Amino acid sequence: MTNTEVLIKELVEKHGRTRNALMPVLQGVVACEKFLSEAAMIAVARELDLSAADVYGTASFYTFLDTKPRGKNIVRVCKTISCHMQGKEEIIKAIENHLKVKVGETSHDNKFTLLTANCLGWCHKGPVMLINDEVFPSITPEKAIAIIEEFSKKSN
Amino acid sequence: MEQKPLKKIDIIFGWDDNCTPIQVVEKSVKKTPESIILDMIDSGLKGRGGAGFPTGLKWKFARNEEADAKYVVCNADEGEPGTFKDREILDKVPEKIFAGMTICAFVVGALEGYIYVRGEYNFMLKALQQKIDLFNQQLHELKVDFHIFLRSGSGAYVCGEESALFESMEGKRGEPRNKPPYPTVSGYNGKPTVINNVETLVYTSEICRMGPEQFKALGTHDSRGSKVFSVSGDTPIAGIYELELGMPLKDFVDEFGDGDTKAIQVGGASGHCVPRKKFNDTIIGFEGIPTGGSMMIFNSSRSMYNVLHDYLEFFTEESCGQCTPCRIGCQQLLKGIEAVKKGERPPTYLDDLKRLTATMKIAAKCGLGQSVANPFTSIVDNFREEIIY
Repeated sequence: MTNTEVLIKELVEKHGRTRNALMPVLQGVVACEKFLSEAAMIAVARELDLSAADVYGTASFYTFLDTKPRGKNIVRVCKTISCHMQGKEEIIKAIENHLKVKVGETSHDNKFTLLTANCLGWCHKGPVMLINDEVFPSITPEKAIAIIEEFSKKSN
Repeated sequence: MEQKPLKKIDIIFGWDDNCTPIQVVEKSVKKTPESIILDMIDSGLKGRGGAGFPTGLKWKFARNEEADAKYVVCNADEGEPGTFKDREILDKVPEKIFAGMTICAFVVGALEGYIYVRGEYNFMLKALQQKIDLFNQQLHELKVDFHIFLRSGSGAYVCGEESALFESMEGKRGEPRNKPPYPTVSGYNGKPTVINNVETLVYTSEICRMGPEQFKALGTHDSRGSKVFSVSGDTPIAGIYELELGMPLKDFVDEFGDGDTKAIQVGGASGHCVPRKKFNDTIIGFEGIPTGGSMMIFNSSRSMYNVLHDYLEFFTEESCGQCTPCRIGCQQLLKGIEAVKKGERPPTYLDDLKRLTATMKIAAKCGLGQSVANPFTSIVDNFREEIIY
């Protein structure tokens, strides 16, 4: 069994074999692997006795259930109005320059994928970014890069 | 029209050591479900998520359904741009939410409750789960047969729509269902379900604690009580404030504006934009402009074209794509204002687009597509020049 299959078995043990368990199981896979590979979706389908198309159909609906390969860390910068007004553009540019990627791309060392997100719910403390599940409010371009550098060291 | 001056209130985040949330539950389950429903109806509490349905009636409808299982769901999929109050409530006083859910379950006859928290708030799940475990333990000790579970979303705004939220909990794409049937008849797993916003549930437990009279004394005839507002944008004091309902927008601007306020977006991206000239005669409440709590302030340095463009981009991305009026409508509105701005379309094209939003209002399947008309017409009508030039 591959690591992914072991992980999925554990998640299914925990959440059950019903369709209602699909979201928690997919979320569990994404928490560990950052995205849902074809093999992972097929394995989930087999465990929950669903068609792979059903699993893909559900997964592809949700922004946080990525079906494309992602880096070890996912950076999401909020782009909605309040953060726009508070300078999200400069944040995105600074990160793009630092990681040498455009929004939607993964850095060459596979450490970071840079994405934008719709309202993250920190409008009073913008601009804000999420790295994986961690939130960083009231950032500046300098702070954003310092935070990314820290994550970079951690994922060596 | 009846109005109240701006007044800060401390109900939601207040803490009464002599009557903690679990004690409110203990006290409430000794009453009859009917008397609690009457208290809720008497208090005049309406849903705080934005739609404003009377909470007491919702509970009553669910109670009257015959079914082998019923559910209580707390909608914590707070995704409306400009809203961040539910996160603060989940963080500071989650026990009050649990108490509200338990009382609701007692009233309608549910044994399971779910809190659906948006994926953007995953960082708080661990702490929240610990508090839920503790509360479940306390319920067990009180011999109250109710258990709370935690579920999370994965970054889809539309899942805040109640029936889309059920679909998501059932492991499906978060596409809204046709209504009726309403959730009180057929909700999660097709069973009668009460789904209330985080803040609404806190108010229900507070009404049980202090009685409906004290709540009813606040606000106006159509908008009883107070409400938590998320204030952002061009303000020196952005943050979360609980205010009495029924105040004129003018009071709000005097308190929170930066002295140069041009417009306020009341109710988030799906809400209404109110220009300066209407601040005096706009009431914040169900008789005026209702809001889920989002108050975004714009000063005169802001381009309302950019604001509208941001909102339309948001809706284009977050439309679930299930129904044509919303899927195509959002795209065409966005392309449309871009074309007018570039001069590729005449200014009168904005009126065609307004007709499109009117179609979306009647033909879109859920609140997302239906409400795009709110920001679109209110911004285009009040700031037409800014959209064109």
